[in-house]
Amino acid sequence: MDTSLFSQALSQEPLLQVQNMSRFYGERIGCRNVSFQLWPGEILGIVGESGSGKSTLLRCLAALDQPSEGEIQLADGGQWLDVPALPEPKRRALMRRAWGIVHQNPRDGLRMGVSAGGNIGERLMDAGERNYGEIRRVARDWLARVEIDPDRIDDLPRHFSGGMQQRLQIARVLVSEPRLVFMDEPTGGLDVSVQAKLLDLLRALVRDMGIAAVIVTHDLAVARLLTDRLMVMKDGVVIEQGLTDQVLDDPQHAYTQLLTSAVLV
Amino acid sequence: MTEAQTISGADPHYNYGYLDEQTKRMVRRALLKAVAIPGYQVPFGSREMPLARGWGTGGIQITAALIGPSDCLKVIDQGADDTTNAVSIRNFFARVTGGRTTQKTAEATIIQTRHRIPEKPLRADQILVYQVPQPEPLRKLEPSEVETRNMHAWEEYGLMQVRLYEDIARFGHVATTYAYPVMVNERYIASPTPIPKFDNPKMDMMPALQLFGAGREKRVYAIPPFTRVRSLDFEDHPFTVQSWDKPCELCGSRLSYLDEVIVDDHGARIFVCSDTDYCEERRQDGEGA
Repeated sequence: MDTSLFSQALSQEPLLQVQNMSRFYGERIGCRNVSFQLWPGEILGIVGESGSGKSTLLRCLAALDQPSEGEIQLADGGQWLDVPALPEPKRRALMRRAWGIVHQNPRDGLRMGVSAGGNIGERLMDAGERNYGEIRRVARDWLARVEIDPDRIDDLPRHFSGGMQQRLQIARVLVSEPRLVFMDEPTGGLDVSVQAKLLDLLRALVRDMGIAAVIVTHDLAVARLLTDRLMVMKDGVVIEQGLTDQVLDDPQHAYTQLLTSAVLV
Repeated sequence: MTEAQTISGADPHYNYGYLDEQTKRMVRRALLKAVAIPGYQVPFGSREMPLARGWGTGGIQITAALIGPSDCLKVIDQGADDTTNAVSIRNFFARVTGGRTTQKTAEATIIQTRHRIPEKPLRADQILVYQVPQPEPLRKLEPSEVETRNMHAWEEYGLMQVRLYEDIARFGHVATTYAYPVMVNERYIASPTPIPKFDNPKMDMMPALQLFGAGREKRVYAIPPFTRVRSLDFEDHPFTVQSWDKPCELCGSRLSYLDEVIVDDHGARIFVCSDTDYCEERRQDGEGA
């Protein structure tokens, strides 16, 4: 691990604080009593089986859903913002400026009828960029960074392969240089070699830019490769959390032991 | 003619201006709100009119709510006063108000239009009423009405710029030639549908009041006199209007918007002014061929 980043993380305030957050769907539990802190530049993984509340938690964190109880606070210029209580314009501005969401299915995150360059440029234009040449330059630059041929800048996403669409989505989110990125199964539905390339790319980008990320995955290999810290969820409750290597190599909870022994990582 | 005689020319079977008085009040209230918030789309209770939705029912309702005995109405369709729709709407108002109608831009106090703004500059005592098919400039980009209203409310207009970006990426220039989006009073993006972008600069700081009515979509919006109207563009791809190589074949104007007209069975074509009143006046003044 890069020690400079580590000391930087230790010296700063956390970026995101979650305390006793719960989300109920009537009688049913989405997730219950989740607490954690996320520091700038840190990548937190959330693992667990299907239906364990991972996506519910992520949706609440990304302000796509309201928690039933508890607090979510985001550091913004020296003060704490109460995320669920933010007025809508402020929340929408934050969603465009401060954080980004990478969806499992690139079709949810991309505009399929708009060219690759337009997809990447949208956030720049949202932020007020009005110079066509500059938008093109940044879009080409980002296509190269996510290993898509910049000459395909005017092609529609539907003419891209699944892996390329996912990389385009990542470029579209990261172009505005957010502080915090939420990813829901970013490698789902991709074949193993494409997954590996995408993971390499994500790791490099997130480290380069010092972005904090919350990654939901059911794939322990992805968690091992990308994340600094890991939260294991079962039935809506966090049953174990700690440094990724620690959790995966020396699991304490019976369910985590079962999970790690079920796959080779 | 005195005022009393003018009114007595109206068909007695209809209320003055066709709409009943309560409906006119409702439309006027919506218009007042629209004028107070330039470019903002105000919902209104659009009525059934004796004409199909999409043929100008929004504009007709605005005109019906505004028109008084002293008004003089001009109706334009595709720039011309003598096309079917223009003639029908003019006759309709002549029948239900008994009021004066004209083809001369200078004489009119209310000008109901589809597709064009007259070439002759309008005055502060005139009102321009547009018939609008699609009031929502963001509609083709965002299908959800809830979402587009939020985008207007929070001024999230990046998506509109994406549309212009796509045009330049695909065609090398902004290929949108009509319904070219404008920023009204530096706050709301509005659609000047369906006029050609040639007419967009005329909307800026126009002395006349501009009212827009969409009957099917049940929306009105307005640009008050002397309001800033800016056509969207990029710094390095500034807004431009159409231009023609040749002048109008009939009046020789190089300043007006020209229509291409096929004149025989062999495909011969000429370009003539789309604003018939402007063209005729120039020819009477001895201009042109």
